[in-house]
Amino acid sequence: MIAELGLAVLWMAAALAVLQLVAGALSLRPATAHLAGVVRPVAILQGVLVACAFAALIWLFLSTDLSVKLVAENSHSAKPFIFKLAGTWGNHEGSMLMWVTIMSLAGGFVALIEKRLPENTLIATLAGQAFVSLGFYAFLLLASNPFERLPEPAPEGAGLNPLLQDIGLAFHPPTLYVGYVGLSIAFSFAVGALVTRDVGPAFARAMRPWVLGAWIFLTLGITAGSYWAYYTLGWGGWWFWDPVENASLMPWLAATALLHSCSVLAARNALRTWTVMLGVVAFSMSMVGTFLVRSGILTSVHAFAVDPTRGSFILALLAIYIGGALLLFGLRASTVTEGARFAVLSRESSLVFNNVMLCGILGIVLVGTLYPLLTEAMGVKVSVGPPYFNPVSAVFAIPMMLVMAVGPVLRWREDKGGRITWQVAVPALVSAVALLAVELLFAPNLLPALGLALAPGLAVASVQPLVGRNLRRTPLPIYGMVIGHLGIAVALFGMASEGAFSTERLAAMNPGDTQQVGPFKVTLQDIGPVAGPNWTALEATVSASYAGGTATILHPQARTFANPPGNRTESALLTRWNGQLYAVLGEEGDDGRWQMRFWWKPFVPMIWYGGALVALGGLLALLGRVARDVKRLVAIDKIAYRRERQGR
Amino acid sequence: MSDPAPKKGPGLAVWLPLGLFAGFLALVIVGLYWPADREVSSAFIGKPLPTFDLPPASDDRPGLATAQFKEGGKPRLLNVFASWCFPCKVEAPQLAALAQQGVEIDGVAIRDRKEDVAGFLKQYGNPFKRIGKDDLSQVQLAIGSSGVPETFVIDGKGIIRYQHIGDIRQEDIPLILRKLAEAQ
Amino acid sequence: MRGLLLALLALFSLAAPLSAQDMLPPAPYAYKQLADPKQEAKAQALMETLRCLKCQSQSIADSDAPMAGDMRHQVRTRIAQGEDPEAIRQWLIERYGDYVSYTPQVKPITWPLFAAPLLFLALAAFLLRGRFRRRKSA
Repeated sequence: MIAELGLAVLWMAAALAVLQLVAGALSLRPATAHLAGVVRPVAILQGVLVACAFAALIWLFLSTDLSVKLVAENSHSAKPFIFKLAGTWGNHEGSMLMWVTIMSLAGGFVALIEKRLPENTLIATLAGQAFVSLGFYAFLLLASNPFERLPEPAPEGAGLNPLLQDIGLAFHPPTLYVGYVGLSIAFSFAVGALVTRDVGPAFARAMRPWVLGAWIFLTLGITAGSYWAYYTLGWGGWWFWDPVENASLMPWLAATALLHSCSVLAARNALRTWTVMLGVVAFSMSMVGTFLVRSGILTSVHAFAVDPTRGSFILALLAIYIGGALLLFGLRASTVTEGARFAVLSRESSLVFNNVMLCGILGIVLVGTLYPLLTEAMGVKVSVGPPYFNPVSAVFAIPMMLVMAVGPVLRWREDKGGRITWQVAVPALVSAVALLAVELLFAPNLLPALGLALAPGLAVASVQPLVGRNLRRTPLPIYGMVIGHLGIAVALFGMASEGAFSTERLAAMNPGDTQQVGPFKVTLQDIGPVAGPNWTALEATVSASYAGGTATILHPQARTFANPPGNRTESALLTRWNGQLYAVLGEEGDDGRWQMRFWWKPFVPMIWYGGALVALGGLLALLGRVARDVKRLVAIDKIAYRRERQGR
Repeated sequence: MSDPAPKKGPGLAVWLPLGLFAGFLALVIVGLYWPADREVSSAFIGKPLPTFDLPPASDDRPGLATAQFKEGGKPRLLNVFASWCFPCKVEAPQLAALAQQGVEIDGVAIRDRKEDVAGFLKQYGNPFKRIGKDDLSQVQLAIGSSGVPETFVIDGKGIIRYQHIGDIRQEDIPLILRKLAEAQ
Repeated sequence: MRGLLLALLALFSLAAPLSAQDMLPPAPYAYKQLADPKQEAKAQALMETLRCLKCQSQSIADSDAPMAGDMRHQVRTRIAQGEDPEAIRQWLIERYGDYVSYTPQVKPITWPLFAAPLLFLALAAFLLRGRFRRRKSA
């Protein structure tokens, strides 16, 4: 009953999307302009209906309704509650429904609260949103129906892949999707603006909070995914430039560039073409990413269960949407007049540089990810991995970060070098001292050394915009910028530190044996069995003492799941202010000794604290802008009310 | 303060994104509809067998060494297998058929215990002249084999001539025979 | 209670392996580090750039697959014998092709990979060439 209801509601929502598109398109013509009034309510209703469909699917998973094919293939009655819930989107169909839900809810939200744009631009935006949604509705309803029933209810479900049975599944996909799919709003805004030829500061101001919102979630989602991979895969790696990881990074790079571009357009009426193009590119990258992940075209540890027919469908959607949007861009962009000009040394030009560098990294990641496909078409297999991506992305990232240090203190339009001497000299000095110290004390490899040297300078530089300001009256968006850039410096420090200072210890141990791992003395005390809700495990009791201090007990486990059968290690982490001890229990050897793996990773949590800081910066900026808009609207309302009273 | 009259936008560059996307589409269409196979072929075809000397994996058969491949002057098959490998069981009848036709087959047992090899041979037959025990996958790595089962055609001079990845099916037998003939 | 748990564990372990796995222990140096930390660092750096042939997309340094363990054993023993890491990489590439190395080799088929960053920089410069023609308004 619930499944049929969910499907019915989904069809209704799809029908509403058609209505939204048709009414929106027709309302642009004078003869049928009255249809414009239909579009907003329809968009809101569409969002509500899809949310109901998603709720229905969640219900089916929570109640483990085994008559539904998706539940039977992916869930199990003995699964813990949180994984029944998260398992809703731990599969292709469910995550596709989540995609469509977020898209419709975002569109509905725009329809509900967006009042700053000229109405026809907004209608064009909503029509665009409906147009893109329709393709995904079609995909969902025709090729990936999540509500399909089995002819007979299954006796028991197949269960969820053990690697996914982790709290990370509850957090990482939803945040990532809100980010990915939230960028569709920017896409629709860009398309709407191209259609109505309305690319200006008002457009940028309207688009900015939506971009910020999506970007914040995307940052959080990627950060969470990196941390999840780090602690669950059992080897301490946090980024591998795997095709699926790259698929999430590419929209982020485009969205970061878009964010900055938007601010320039809003403040200075410059970078119009860039902003519109990035608006299109960001969501295009989301769609490309979802294609790469679901079509099976690239080998990846993260890939969904593969089905080439799905790939064909999504490919067709890509061709229509991205091709169409880029065609529109080509046709209309040349008529977008260039905005205000600016000098080489100016805030605008540093942001242009930023854009170019981010797009450079985006291009490199795209080329590197797709390159094996290209060579395979010629019959040769190659692998492109971290040894390529790390140095090549650094080629673009390092100059970009240098400019990031200086850009925020530059004046708009034109600035003089002499004015910012201190702001350049102080961070440069800090970095030079850091570089010297790092080289003399540790002499690590080149990239980690550069990162360790750059990070402190960047941190100092990111706080500089606050110097000389009245801190109580500084607008929130400025704090947002400071914290966001500081987050980059912190993350960079974590990454470089992990690369330079990690120590690994592999040892075959008997209970009672002790090993030295960096500053830690670890003793294996005991190995014993333990049971969980749907798993059993061998658990090691390890006592770890830092530089002779009091011992902490860690419990790394090797878990065995039954439904479906599989093994997974549960690493044990000990987090201190200056790093993490990472402990993994391996196999028992023939001689009865246990294979233990330990890492001491100095400052590695900074990577994810940095990511969280970046997202926090975005949040502050968003709150600041929203607060200002609300104040402005309230003030406008008050003035209008007063005028009305006086006029009477 | 007035700016000079704004000039027209970026010109032909606006078509760049579409052009790049078209290239992407072309690439991806090829990758989707004419996918390359997922197997990793050996790059060592045409090179001489590396020097190795493996202990016997079975009590009934001698171990395997490189020198033996140059003795007979005849092309032979080298079958990389293991008792824990399911497709190896599936290809056992085909190997028996080849052996019956006079093809000489040597085996390399990857990461296998003697008792498990013995059990496997008892249950599925023993077409091998010699079987080497490769506990550390050394020979496997040295000839570019990336999994089990794989079968190599080695000519009379000890040069690797052909690699068949996966189990040998009925329809593969003529091909194997032809490759053996070509290696004369 | 412990006995029951151990029995349950044994039951589950029997049920668990669906993929064919061998019964032999890992190779000696699959999970053992070299005694000399400098050599181990060289070995680790190399292993992080070699691809596990039986995995979806992992380096041999990050994989528990037996073949990855055997490859790690090869790398470590060769480094201990004094071989140069790049020579070991070439040895593997001779056998498995460029696929086994995550570091793309500079060859005719990979030159676009290396040219791409330069190309993008050139493109950026080209796109920005008209931007800064006038520094100050006359």
